[in-house]
Amino acid sequence: MTDSASHPASPASTQKAPPSRLREFWSSFKENRGAVIGLIVFLGFLFVAILAPLLAPYAPDTQYRDAQLVPPFWQEGGSTRFLLGTDAVGRDLLSRLIYGARFSFFIGLLVVTLATSLGVLLGVIAGFAPRWLDTLIMRLMDIVLSFPSLLLALVLVAILGPSLLNAMIAIAIVLQPHFVRLTRAAVLTERSKDYVIAARVAGGRPIRIMFRTVLPNCLAPIIVQAALSFSTAVLDTAALGFLGMGAQPPTPEWGTMLAEAREFILSAWWVVTFPGLCILVTVLAINLMGDGLRDALDPKLKRS
Amino acid sequence: MALLEIRNLSVDFATHSGQFRAVDGVDVTVDEGDLLAIVGESGSGKSVSMLALMGLLPWTATVTADKLEFDGQDLRTISARARRRIVGKDISMIFQEPMSSLNPAFTIGWQIKESLRKHTDMTRSQRQDRAVELMRQVGIPAPEKRLQAYPHQLSGGMSQRAMIAMALANKPKLLIADEPTTALDVTIQAQILELLTGLQQETGMALVLITHDMGVVAETVQRVQVQYAGQRVELQEVGGLFQNPHHPYTAALLAALPERATEKRLPTIPGVVPGQFDRPAGCLFSPRCSFADARCIAQRPSPAGPELGRALCHYPLIDGQPTGKESAA
Amino acid sequence: MSEAILTAKNLKRHYEVKGGFLKPDATVRALDGASFTLTPGKTLAVVGESGSGKSTLARVVTMIEPPTEGDLIIGGRKIGPEGASGDRDLRAMVQIVFQDPYGSLNPRQTIGQTLMEPLLLNRPEVSAAERETRARDMLAMVGLRPEHFERYPHMFSGGQRQRVAVARALMLEPKILVLDEPVSALDLSIQSQVLNLLMDLQERMDLAYLFISHDLSVVRHIADEVLVLYLGQPVEIGPKQAIFEAPRHPYTKALLSATPVADPALRKERIKLEGELPSPMNKPQGCSFNPRCWRRQDVCTKVEPELQGQGHCFACHNPIPLDETEAA
Repeated sequence: MTDSASHPASPASTQKAPPSRLREFWSSFKENRGAVIGLIVFLGFLFVAILAPLLAPYAPDTQYRDAQLVPPFWQEGGSTRFLLGTDAVGRDLLSRLIYGARFSFFIGLLVVTLATSLGVLLGVIAGFAPRWLDTLIMRLMDIVLSFPSLLLALVLVAILGPSLLNAMIAIAIVLQPHFVRLTRAAVLTERSKDYVIAARVAGGRPIRIMFRTVLPNCLAPIIVQAALSFSTAVLDTAALGFLGMGAQPPTPEWGTMLAEAREFILSAWWVVTFPGLCILVTVLAINLMGDGLRDALDPKLKRS
Repeated sequence: MALLEIRNLSVDFATHSGQFRAVDGVDVTVDEGDLLAIVGESGSGKSVSMLALMGLLPWTATVTADKLEFDGQDLRTISARARRRIVGKDISMIFQEPMSSLNPAFTIGWQIKESLRKHTDMTRSQRQDRAVELMRQVGIPAPEKRLQAYPHQLSGGMSQRAMIAMALANKPKLLIADEPTTALDVTIQAQILELLTGLQQETGMALVLITHDMGVVAETVQRVQVQYAGQRVELQEVGGLFQNPHHPYTAALLAALPERATEKRLPTIPGVVPGQFDRPAGCLFSPRCSFADARCIAQRPSPAGPELGRALCHYPLIDGQPTGKESAA
Repeated sequence: MSEAILTAKNLKRHYEVKGGFLKPDATVRALDGASFTLTPGKTLAVVGESGSGKSTLARVVTMIEPPTEGDLIIGGRKIGPEGASGDRDLRAMVQIVFQDPYGSLNPRQTIGQTLMEPLLLNRPEVSAAERETRARDMLAMVGLRPEHFERYPHMFSGGQRQRVAVARALMLEPKILVLDEPVSALDLSIQSQVLNLLMDLQERMDLAYLFISHDLSVVRHIADEVLVLYLGQPVEIGPKQAIFEAPRHPYTKALLSATPVADPALRKERIKLEGELPSPMNKPQGCSFNPRCWRRQDVCTKVEPELQGQGHCFACHNPIPLDETEAA
């Protein structure tokens, strides 16, 4: 007879083990071609942002008075000295865009971190809190959500005073209700599950159950939301910059660059087109990546 | 001629980690007025094979069969349109969760009448009469009133009765009941089983009962088909199956029933049903079988004759003893 | 007989349901007066249909929820309406195993972390190395392999997960284990493995089991005593033998009769119960079983019956006579 009959309790140990979570995630993520392209573009921008001083041919705010509004090199009058041309005061557009990537990533990262941590904290509390506190938090969030987000951000900046940091704080405040709602909903479904009750029976204190037991199981939708909020943050900062309420000139922030170049739309197309393209491509890449993340992480959409 | 004939049906699912064979060469034959149970544990492919017949599988599934015939029509080559004419009229199905199988946005009456609207040319008042008649037939009190009710206003047992009424609307020739009582309490289960067998006798339709509960099988059906890991391992009359199972899996399963236990320690089947990653090369039951030898591990068995319950085994059991071992040795 | 480790007297748990607009508040009497004792090494099975209060009983005994009324005495200490919050020793005495092995393990914790968590929380004096040793020993005790320690729950089958759930419940060396339908989500071939494990562990650790189930054939195999609940009220309680062979309450008899027997030679005429379980918000007058009972008398619709009898008790005005029960 066989040995397998005497130790049959775990046939899996001799055969191929099922794939690990990470591998399963990656295999379903890479199936989505748009998401992979988004990821590559995103990583490309990240690379540029980190290595900006090495990649940029010039400093972003050096003005070359002899070369104002020089077109890109392939156009008549352009030269390879300034690959993408210069702006009205003779700054190299390419260098400004490369440095601008830094700002965009910094903004995205900070805003998302701020909005996520605050939103998740409030969401977990709301999910576990007694009814009155839950109601209080959620109605507050409803109030924030009932304003057009950009308008609210504008008002906040107007109160705090226009600067890049204030713009970021304003955008974070506008974004965090989404995290609160999402987290609360996830917490409510998780907290009724048996493993949470088991942790309580095992003697877990409320704080531990909230953050060690339940929260890690709510992370998938939050990660997706964070990725998608990254693009909203970049876009909103650009919008605030464009309206003159965000980063102040001469900061090479893409939205501010757009605003500065507004008057040259007809005469020098490149000063508006390239910053706009950068915003478009970054936001599109992040959204594609976020969609891929959702498909791979959200079990409700998962094919089984 | 058989009402339903399935030969060598296989269903494969595409998953992230490769193909998964959920149904592996299953045969099913159902005669008119037949009362057949398909028994198996989770992962035995008992539901999937019937869903394949109905054309209700997701797009990740690939269905192959040598023969897939219902009432003389080949379901493999039939158009989607023609299939829809059969499914819901001549074949209907009821499911495990009555609460989620009814659409919560419409009344019970609307849902029963919808299938009449699709498959018959009855007038409005004829449909109403038929709906009331159906509700009465499945034992729902005050049918006129209940037709106006929404699913959430009915209990589990009542919802299942409504589901049955809906399935019976077009006088099907074949009713497939997929674990119809698993979600219900025993006293309600008894009512529903009684209703189903009563209706089967009354209307002469064939009934296929998919279940995992040996007790339900013993009390309800005539013929039993046992499935394991996507294969049919045995097919027998219900009396013979419980008295003299020919496949070691059936025998082990029956022995594991607490009510058949003779001592405190229950006989067990070691191990688990093979999954996607640990499918044995030979007989799929060989890693768990107490009679398995080298031949079982290496070679796939072929089904025995009808006198041995078509047992998918190299050494079919007779009275609990394996046969044919000497000749192989 | 050894001393009772848990005594419940007239245990009640009610829920207030807030009425909406124009709707008065209502009380759901989920558990309405259960009395029983648990003894080390013995199993009390609780049977009943959904809505009978089985799971509420489990939650009260596990001290997840305090009783609304009645006495719950565990290991000589009384648990009142204020519950047992903060009393670690008391909490550690009663542990629970849930029905659904897929929902009862934290998907983000390895099996090892899951097993060590109760020790980490309740026995801070135990060193990390000792914790791991104990968890590994427990893993072996429930029949799992050492390499399973590092794995995550999604890599396990239902039966293996249920073994892990049992192991976790035993980490604090409880005296009482509440088993809430521990095998009903498992396949038949796995069910017997888990039942055997539970019986072995009971013998080895002298555990008292509160075994909640709707499957009477499992109950018949594993129980010493049986408590039958109907709409939150005990209708019959007694030794297994008595309940199965000579049920006195009509509901118990109907329940037994409705349970399918896995023997086609024994097909029998069932006692058909009319109708379904009424809502616990609006129980019938008198005996709560009376609208479905075939032995109903006038008194049943007016007066609520009391539990009567010694050892084998039942709450019925018109119990099935002893000589008639033999036929069942």
